[in-house]
Amino acid sequence: MSEDLLALGDRIVAMARPGEQLEAVVVRGTETEIRVYGGEVESLSSAQSQGMGIRVIVDGRQGFAYAGSLEESVLAETLAEARDNAGFATFDEHAGLAEPDGVAVPELDLYRSALESFSPDAKIALAVELERAVLAADRRISGIESAEYVDSIGEAAVVSTTGVRSFGRDTNCYVATYAMATVDDDTQTGFGFSVGREPSELVPLRAATDAAERATRMLGATQPSSGRLTVVLDPWVTAQFLGLIGYTLNGDAAQKGRSLFAERLGDEVASPLLTLIDDPTDTRAFTATDADGEGLAARRNVLIENGVLQKFVHNAYSARRAGTVSTGNAVRGFTSTPSVGCMAVSLVPGITDPATLIAGIADGVLVQEVSGLHSGVNPVSGDFSTGAEGLRIRNGELAEPVREFTIASTLQKMLRDVQAVGSDLQFLPMNAAGVSLVVADLTISGS
Amino acid sequence: MGGGTKGPTVIEQSVLERVLGEALRTGGEFAEIFAEDRRNSSALLDDGRVEELTSGRDRGAGIRVVVGDTTGFAHTADLTEAGLRAAAEAAAAAARGGGGGVRTIALTRQSATRGYEIEVLPGDVPKARKVELLTQANDTARSTDGAISQVSVSYGDTRRRILVANSDGLFAEDDTVRTFFSVSCVASGDTGMQTGRESIGHTIGFELFDRYDIDELARNAAGRAITKLAARPAPSGQMPVVIGSGGGGVLFHEACGHGLEADLVSKGASVFRGRVGQRVASPGVTVVDDGTMQREWGNIAIDDEGNPAQRNVLIEDGILTDYMWDHLRARKEGRASSGNGRRQSYQHLPMVRMTNTYLLAGTEDPDSIIASTQKGVYVKHLGGGQVNTATGDFVFGMTEAYLIENGEVTEPLREGNLIGNGPEVLQRIDALGNDFAMGPPGTCGKDGQGVPVGDGVPTLRVSSLTIGGTAS
Repeated sequence: MSEDLLALGDRIVAMARPGEQLEAVVVRGTETEIRVYGGEVESLSSAQSQGMGIRVIVDGRQGFAYAGSLEESVLAETLAEARDNAGFATFDEHAGLAEPDGVAVPELDLYRSALESFSPDAKIALAVELERAVLAADRRISGIESAEYVDSIGEAAVVSTTGVRSFGRDTNCYVATYAMATVDDDTQTGFGFSVGREPSELVPLRAATDAAERATRMLGATQPSSGRLTVVLDPWVTAQFLGLIGYTLNGDAAQKGRSLFAERLGDEVASPLLTLIDDPTDTRAFTATDADGEGLAARRNVLIENGVLQKFVHNAYSARRAGTVSTGNAVRGFTSTPSVGCMAVSLVPGITDPATLIAGIADGVLVQEVSGLHSGVNPVSGDFSTGAEGLRIRNGELAEPVREFTIASTLQKMLRDVQAVGSDLQFLPMNAAGVSLVVADLTISGS
Repeated sequence: MGGGTKGPTVIEQSVLERVLGEALRTGGEFAEIFAEDRRNSSALLDDGRVEELTSGRDRGAGIRVVVGDTTGFAHTADLTEAGLRAAAEAAAAAARGGGGGVRTIALTRQSATRGYEIEVLPGDVPKARKVELLTQANDTARSTDGAISQVSVSYGDTRRRILVANSDGLFAEDDTVRTFFSVSCVASGDTGMQTGRESIGHTIGFELFDRYDIDELARNAAGRAITKLAARPAPSGQMPVVIGSGGGGVLFHEACGHGLEADLVSKGASVFRGRVGQRVASPGVTVVDDGTMQREWGNIAIDDEGNPAQRNVLIEDGILTDYMWDHLRARKEGRASSGNGRRQSYQHLPMVRMTNTYLLAGTEDPDSIIASTQKGVYVKHLGGGQVNTATGDFVFGMTEAYLIENGEVTEPLREGNLIGNGPEVLQRIDALGNDFAMGPPGTCGKDGQGVPVGDGVPTLRVSSLTIGGTAS
């Protein structure tokens, strides 16, 4: 399988003119998505997609073009467009492709042939089992908004005139559901999922139980009164915040004056309880990968250690500009040039389980869902305010459900206000893993 | 588009008819071919440099086959008859029709009109001209104020030609051009960094830049960032909120738009289920979804199922009149689609989506709406939002907002979300201005698919909303 993608990359790169840097990224993927409703397949999509992206750098100017095709016939046009585009960029002394850095690409177990041989009927059965389990979980479950099985097989090759020649492939699958619970006029929803590299790793029953519990425990929720409280973010919510924190540690943002931590390397920026790592080589991570978007080895980077800022992540360009080396954090699809980003970020878990964390809180809120992260969090200023729902914590115990409120603070303050990190590390279908996190002094806005 | 231009109809009508027949050979009840040829071009200036120009092309077809309540879908980048047949077989297998039989499909070409012409195809504009615009906006934004520490400017255009043919005989094409421009600024001061962004986008060509002053756009983006340097934390708790004309259609997009999408309604995942004919909003509130709105960002001639765009009144004078429909949901109810079946690309199944969603103007003077508000928040510019349609709870961000004290707009506020419950908020609208305006271009996300949408509002007041700030 790998040979033809690498061969196509080689053919593109062989077309480079003297003095021209050229990079080809060539990808192919197969995805199956099955949605069920009422015990029947509502939709089954199965398709292969592919594409190529060509980056040209000549005399310090970069151009790019892509096509959603691997046909030889579109190759010449795509390359010509990329070349033409390069002529319009501003000269940049740091422009340049990644160069092999001697870091060995790790051998990771990310591809399972079992997924390829898993039959459509068996996939449908998983989705049907998921829906049935949600509906059977609790008599107050009134239906599902969605129940789905999704899998993907991805392959990507990066080849360049600077000597990069990488290929990687992986498989992923998950089941996910939104359950609805209803009593009288009151309807609440809850989300559950299970992820794996092959279907045998999926646990539909756990996804169903989680979704049903999250929905039913919200029944009867009311708006809480405003005030400042200690908040426990559940792993799903923590992971979403880590994605935003990751942006502030992006070397490109730091170089361009868009990171609130730009001048803070070596400073204590967070509670000493926090150690934040980005580790795409951890195969438990949904977004684990052996190489980054420029074909350099993926690697484990410690970003914040015991509260002290250690590192920004970089791709080849941002590193060159900052006078350092790439951390293997070039992020891209075939439709764009590499940007910089965290790939699989997580906190080093603590030793306390969530029940014990809650038992230590006299007056607080457990937040199980947040909304509006894209509209209410400004990672440049650090201001944040998101919609939230969850359960009050009273005298160390989970109490009544609350909804239609916001939690607000700044990212800077929130990192310092962390009081405990849970032991419950959870890998989620996103580029961050979560743990329960106790944060003091968040503003609750409600009635 | 002017006469003579065709969709991606390198596919002959006879091929379409044979492929649709093939798709139904194993017992499908409905089959559809959606072909798309999309060319994108974009240019980005950041940190004082034109970083790169990007050109892209995507071309392919998605085929779906419906049997009972089951839809099978497959897509291919291979638009030859063999490629389409393979996709049709895959879609049919996915839908698992029972019986067999041969059905002959005869397509009737329908002409869709959008009622206006694209004046300047962006593809005909020299790239150097696009780069000039980036540089101009950058220079203007930076010269606005010494506190502007970073600027990025983005240009993009898309030409999307689509063809839809289905086993009911429908055969329609569209050729859509959209052009987009945005300026984002960072301002730095003693209080840290703040951001300001302005964007314009219309379903037109390069004439976009005859209609807007790029310098003014750049100054506004810079001004928004500068203003927020002096902003104080937003309040927390409930108070009246006045939303500025053109600044915040996303409120209705979230408060009721998504909840009126028939696919969510039919699953019981909407608080508006079963409420047609009932009062759901204050008298005077009329909400419309209108794909025919010329030149607006959500404008379409046909939807992605081939149905002509429509103007659909969703709420009229406070009474819920109808939901929005796509082919599948409408077919099940034995009614016509409302022209709201849209998809991100040929690689996606269509579903019920909004186009341009807006609230009609009222009669009040906008200044008097503010003057009659003792204490509250004036949101001049909204960011994005999100809704849980099952509970009706929704949030939306404020990217430029001020305090209202004693009937006057006073201090600027830092960013944050507002939260409310759709059906409650609609009933709390107690003032509507006479100054309707459409807002900036948006991208609406649903089930992982993004489509371009527009929105608009007059100045309006909600008597009580929860402000998600940190101040007491």
